[in-house]
Amino acid sequence: MSELLRSLDPNTPPDPQSAVERAEIDRSLRGPVLFFFGSAIAWLLLGSVLGMLAALKMTHVRLLDGQDWLTFGRVRPAHLNIVIYGWASAVGIGVGIWLMGRLCRVVPRHRGLLIAAGAVWNLGVLAGTIGILAGQSRSIEWLEFPGWATPVLFASFALIGTWTVIMFRFRRPGHVYVSQWYLLAAFLWFPWLYATANVLLIWQPVQGSVVGAVNWWYGHNVLGLWFTPIGLASAYYMIPKVIGRPIHSYYLSILGFWSLALFYSWNGMHHLIGGPFPAWMISASVVASVMMFIPVLTVAINHHLTMRGHFEYLKWSPTLRFTVLGAMTYTLVSLQGSLMAIPSVNALFHFTDHTVGHAHLGLYGFFTMTMFGAMYYIVPRLVGWEWPSARMIRWHFWLAASGIALMAGALTLGGFLQGLELNDPDSPFMNSVNIARPFRHAREIGGLLLTIAHFVFAALFLRMVLRRGPRQDEATLFSPRLPAA
Amino acid sequence: MNRLPLLFVGILLVFATSWLGLVVYPYLKLGGLEPAASADGAEPRPMSAAAIAGERVYAANGCVYCHSQQVRPAWLSTDIARGWGPRQTVARDYIRQKPSFLGTMRTGPDLTNIAARQPDRTWHYQHLYEPAVVTPGSVMPSFRFLFTVQPVKDRPSREAVPVSGPHAPPPGYEVLPTQEARDLVAYLLTLKHDYPLPEAEPNAPRAEPIAPKKSEP
Repeated sequence: MSELLRSLDPNTPPDPQSAVERAEIDRSLRGPVLFFFGSAIAWLLLGSVLGMLAALKMTHVRLLDGQDWLTFGRVRPAHLNIVIYGWASAVGIGVGIWLMGRLCRVVPRHRGLLIAAGAVWNLGVLAGTIGILAGQSRSIEWLEFPGWATPVLFASFALIGTWTVIMFRFRRPGHVYVSQWYLLAAFLWFPWLYATANVLLIWQPVQGSVVGAVNWWYGHNVLGLWFTPIGLASAYYMIPKVIGRPIHSYYLSILGFWSLALFYSWNGMHHLIGGPFPAWMISASVVASVMMFIPVLTVAINHHLTMRGHFEYLKWSPTLRFTVLGAMTYTLVSLQGSLMAIPSVNALFHFTDHTVGHAHLGLYGFFTMTMFGAMYYIVPRLVGWEWPSARMIRWHFWLAASGIALMAGALTLGGFLQGLELNDPDSPFMNSVNIARPFRHAREIGGLLLTIAHFVFAALFLRMVLRRGPRQDEATLFSPRLPAA
Repeated sequence: MNRLPLLFVGILLVFATSWLGLVVYPYLKLGGLEPAASADGAEPRPMSAAAIAGERVYAANGCVYCHSQQVRPAWLSTDIARGWGPRQTVARDYIRQKPSFLGTMRTGPDLTNIAARQPDRTWHYQHLYEPAVVTPGSVMPSFRFLFTVQPVKDRPSREAVPVSGPHAPPPGYEVLPTQEARDLVAYLLTLKHDYPLPEAEPNAPRAEPIAPKKSEP
């Protein structure tokens, strides 16, 4: 707060040194961050197309039928792994290292190595995807890349993770911001997760049902302890930056961080309620899932109280609108997740499209939205150019928002009905297939909107990197900001 | 929270609890389960080489994304009432499988006991070649790439898969399973977990054999 007061004081001299310092950090991170963003967007396009194909195959069984490379059971994991590793992880790394550099106020050395690590990461994703489509998958969800592709990803990540920890270690003295806690934790948790899962599931596979426990400990923690902290770190940074006031409560931030670490890490077994495991393991995960109310509501209250009185900024700022929508979806999807973990609810809807809708709401409605928001903030600072078209940003926002709302809404409702059929022992199985069909059609339309949104954004990003469009002195806003009355 | 060591140790310690509880514990507790002795050998039975190869085909083609392999207990779900198994599945049921395919979706039926419901090899070949032949309205993709369609030699092969209707091969041709299809079906025919185990007796004496319910797959 004192910093804010100081900056408002007319007697405070302007601080050219920190502006130069920020420019220096941005310049040093330009190559690696743009490389991660660019490659991530390319994977997002391919992942969207494969996702559309998988969705269409569920209702149009004859579409590209009977070919091994394009059978549903290969296209679906290819879609999932591309969006997890090619898109979400890569864009998260890009946002993460930029935030880390800015917040630690360090200029990273040897940034060529970061670009090399990014190139290796992309090669790993490419090799793994080809492996899946060629029939090399072991069908362990979220870990379908064959055993010869995953060490490549791990080596690349080890390098990237080391860089972020080094940046943190050599940070300029001063306060450590909440975003830095989340980022440091995410970059430490992911390699532990990935190494454990690879050793126990791919290189020295464990026996029988243990696979399920390790699988979902990994799968859920990739979401909860890798993507979620990066998304929250970004929201904690972007919201105060855009509206120009500090986070409401430091103590809520601490509570939110440690309760997330404690409860999220124990969530995995709620994917296996009723499965062949000791009852206490499943109970522990159910309890931890319900306890997620604490970190989620803590963060929601903290963000809301920060935003209070400043919601009109959503009319203007693309960064803020994407980020706030993402943060609100985080609250919604997490509370839904807590309810879905209650055994009697889980028994009804677990094996249905309901879960697919929930997964997309989390990974897209929350994480991907916050990443879009972050990129709208970061890219102009890296390329020294403003976004060339407010209209295209509007299209991007509304296509993405309506697409995910339609997709998640349709699958959530369709899965609900599908679950009721599945759990009625007197209802023939085909009833559960037929009742889900119209909702699967709606999901295709949602997916199409998302795919178009991604192509719009890719075109925008390309124009940005090439510095096309008019030269502007002001940031591109959704609509021109009216002077204060 | 400005001290790196504290933050660092806290982050790793909190995470370590879940690693110990959800990874190390099941690994030690369930990772070395042995088969249970039964009247005629040990259950679950070892898998044949063909079934092990078929398990790879099952994984390569992503069957798990639509088919689960777990029967949940009667107090929680209607899995048993629906006829997907006589009892809840337990950890020991999976000790032969590498990896186990517990699954998270039931776009298609559970397969824990598919070999009890559909013991007929020919049914599986027909179903894999063209699901709609045996299950009208099915949204399962065709696995035609696991078969070859070739001209009938002097007389029809013993293994030829009978396919009628619009998906039938042209006259003078027959549908033959490849080695992969034979392995996959060998694997599917091992999916039969209806033997009693000390930790999982069927809840009640079975009133009727596990038969296809309402002509379902």
